Amino acid sequence: MTLHAYDRPVSYIGASVPRPNATRLLQGRGRYVDDKVLPRMVHAAFVRSPHAHARILSIDVSAARALPGVVAIYDGADMAKVITPWVGVLTHLSGMRSPPQPALAHGVAHWQGEPVVMVIAQSRAVAEDAAALVDIDYEVLPAVCDMDTALAPDAPRIHPGLDSNLCWERKFETGAVDAAFADPTTTVVERRFTFGRHTGVTLEPRAVIGDYDPSEDRLTMHYSGQAPHMMQSVVSRHLGVPEARVRVVAEDVGGSFGIKIHTYGDEIATLAAAKMLKRPVKFVADRLESFLSDIHARDHRITARAAVDADGRLTAVEIDDVTGIGPYSVYPRSSGIEGNQVVNLTGAPYDFPAYRARLRVVFQNKTPMCQYRAVGHPIAVAVMEGLMDDLAHATGRDPADMRRINLRRDDSYPCTSPQGMRFADLSHQQCMEKLLTLMDYEGLKADRDAARARGIHRGIGLVSMVEVTNPSPMFYGVGGAPIAAQDGATARLDASGAVHVANSITEQGQGTETILAQITADVMGVTMADVHVTTGDTATVPYGGGTWASRGAGIGGEAMLQAARALRAQVLEVAGVILQAAPDTLTLVGGAVVDAATGAERITLRDLARTVYYRGNELPPGLKPELIATRHYRVTDYPFVFTNGAMASYVEVDPDTGMVKLLSHWVVEDVGTILNEKLVDEQIRGGVVQGIGGALFEECIYSDDGQMQNATMADYLVPMAGEMPDITIAHVCTPTRTSDLGAKGAGEAGTAGAPAAVMNAINDALRPLGAATLSQMPMTPERILRALGTVA
Amino acid sequence: MTGTITISLHLNGEAVTATLPARMSLVDFLRETMGLTGAHVGCAHGVCGACTVRVDGAAVRGCLMLAAQADGATVDTIEGLTDTGAIADLQDAFHRHNAVQCGYCSPGMLITAADLLDRATLPDRAEIRDHISGNYCRCTGYQAIVDAISEVATARTKGAA
Ligand code: FES
Ligand code: FES
Repeated sequence: MTLHAYDRPVSYIGASVPRPNATRLLQGRGRYVDDKVLPRMVHAAFVRSPHAHARILSIDVSAARALPGVVAIYDGADMAKVITPWVGVLTHLSGMRSPPQPALAHGVAHWQGEPVVMVIAQSRAVAEDAAALVDIDYEVLPAVCDMDTALAPDAPRIHPGLDSNLCWERKFETGAVDAAFADPTTTVVERRFTFGRHTGVTLEPRAVIGDYDPSEDRLTMHYSGQAPHMMQSVVSRHLGVPEARVRVVAEDVGGSFGIKIHTYGDEIATLAAAKMLKRPVKFVADRLESFLSDIHARDHRITARAAVDADGRLTAVEIDDVTGIGPYSVYPRSSGIEGNQVVNLTGAPYDFPAYRARLRVVFQNKTPMCQYRAVGHPIAVAVMEGLMDDLAHATGRDPADMRRINLRRDDSYPCTSPQGMRFADLSHQQCMEKLLTLMDYEGLKADRDAARARGIHRGIGLVSMVEVTNPSPMFYGVGGAPIAAQDGATARLDASGAVHVANSITEQGQGTETILAQITADVMGVTMADVHVTTGDTATVPYGGGTWASRGAGIGGEAMLQAARALRAQVLEVAGVILQAAPDTLTLVGGAVVDAATGAERITLRDLARTVYYRGNELPPGLKPELIATRHYRVTDYPFVFTNGAMASYVEVDPDTGMVKLLSHWVVEDVGTILNEKLVDEQIRGGVVQGIGGALFEECIYSDDGQMQNATMADYLVPMAGEMPDITIAHVCTPTRTSDLGAKGAGEAGTAGAPAAVMNAINDALRPLGAATLSQMPMTPERILRALGTVA
Repeated sequence: MTGTITISLHLNGEAVTATLPARMSLVDFLRETMGLTGAHVGCAHGVCGACTVRVDGAAVRGCLMLAAQADGATVDTIEGLTDTGAIADLQDAFHRHNAVQCGYCSPGMLITAADLLDRATLPDRAEIRDHISGNYCRCTGYQAIVDAISEVATARTKGAA
């Protein structure tokens, strides 16, 4: 809506410019945490609980301490003296409870992989040698692993102070749900879904360096993560270092996806050790530690049903979700948000009057579960889109028609869902129609049917979805978490005429710094090469939330736009005085102030800056130039800015082996204003592939006694290049009314929708074979053969 | 466990002699002893490919080889291959196609891709996908990487014709 403002010779917004900061990554010049070597630095390794639930009877570190090169050894009691425990609840999720969590297990270990003893040595190798010599005596306690039995009245209690293993329960009802389901003229479908646990598998494992200077009581955390200011507050609160004296630095981050935004005991213990030892301490998780201690995600069992009237219109939806979150609700975001999102988002693309949901969030003796990319969305989308296909099948309608009948109309915004979600500027109908054209739906159906006639089993899966992006303070801040919903941006002109910007959003490879440079370059009329971007350092960037929930472009980008505009106004004011011209007759083009009407160059930014900085004597005394501006931005009128899209998958299933071949995948997404289409598309593609991982491969497999069985990269499967399809992407652009920039988020879409699309496609392929409906993810060959009745 | 060994090798074109723990892996030697942090450790058990470097011209997992085994070898890392310009076309294509997000997989991916381009006749997309299927990328979804490699393969074939 403001795009005309960028209609000038240099226009970067909307251009698919490559990322300037990617070149050094391709040259091996990245600066990831483990690449950093500090003077006097020592290395940490952890002894972790081998049991899912066990009392720690004794710890003998004498042999470990005797090993040459060992610097210090700390157990839970030592750490409890210097780190206060944390409680991962949010007050707006009322009734949620979780006991205080220590950095290192203290008294009782609650999951296999919980850190118990920390060993610090001259090298990681020696620290590991010493860790192997620590002798811990455990009394094994009954492990509560299955989320259903965890709620049984006679289930062992994970936390004796709580009267059950329930962390949080939410019930929600609106409209005449029972009447809708009881109405004899409706068609009702019901299905039980299981979403396995998976985890992020960031290629760079979690890594941290603590560096403490006692002379100034200053603690620096070299952080591989997404939210430096949040960590600054967390570290300050629990280590007792004043917040202003904690500096969190995030340079290059080797993948995060929500994994590296939580509070981890091993990382906090590393900082505490640095403080106690008064020297830098590094901890880098190895892959086994990553699998056992990075947060896991999903782990939901859902029973859901939906009803349509004789015209195929949805009359009611109901879900019952049980989710297992491990022994603690994770701090400070809590482990209730994923289930809450499932409740809030199920059915969001559709218009229906009655909804009932019950959510139970359950403690268990497994690795803690928390927010990972597309939090809750893949579940809400798979449940609703699975039901939509069931309804289509039950009423003899084409799945596309079933959606056409029920999608929220593009002219119906703003509107509110039964859950109270406020939607604006969405385009479900346009996206679905564009998708059907893009994929040649009718042609594809003909291809599928022809293949069936040849004994080849292909299927099509359709999906409509919304995604929560650009969250307001209603997400976390309202619940008491030290998590900013606003972001800040600073833009300043230096003496050479270059523009330096700093922003509180962070980069993990999405292209954050690129879009900040694009926005600034456009507003300031300079090339991107003249914009220098700083992110990821609490000592130098304005205060803000960081990058999560697809808020970088929409919130950090808007702050950048406003800061750059303010700097532009300052420059034009100074130029007006120097040139004896009205500022509104001037504009910025090609690194210079030019006459707006004729385009004639009046003064370069470099000359203007030099005049201001070096030859202030030439300026009238009353002019006090400020060639620097900071602006902050938060979403106000809406709790979230929703994004929407539609997606389709085309698969081929081999009924003899249960193998699924992904033939094609299409996405039509409405991210509002597109700042850089290439970057948006690559966010979507990467997200689709992560979603496919959850749909087909990825699962943290546990034994009944809480042992993770596949905690290596060889055993935990993720998508590899050979199995992935090419993904075709198209866009609908409906800018959000909440900002001038109009950008919504792009990071969740792929992961949100892909599992449902693949699930529906597999079921479409298998339906003619009389297979049971696949509703358990991942849909492994074994589960597919079971659905076919081939194996028991 | 703490025995040391002295090795000599040609590392990125330079003659290097170093004394190091006998149990040290090649990638740890490169990163910790030589400060060549372009090769990354993603798993340390030979699965992810982030540690891929060139040893005597072949793409090798630096976490599965002991540094001691590199005695007498020619080892090239992403830093050396960048300096010589040997894979400049590939790096440029990765950049233009945004075949890099977090960049953690990229040095290993580039060396694996270079390996394919050095040996094969013009590979099709399926062959490219197959060849890089030992290298994890958690960010990109692979398509842009395939695009980049495919473009360079075509350009190099044309150049050679
Ligand atoms: S670190 Fe060598 S293959 Fe993963
Ligand atoms: S770019 Fe992040 S793992 Fe490939």
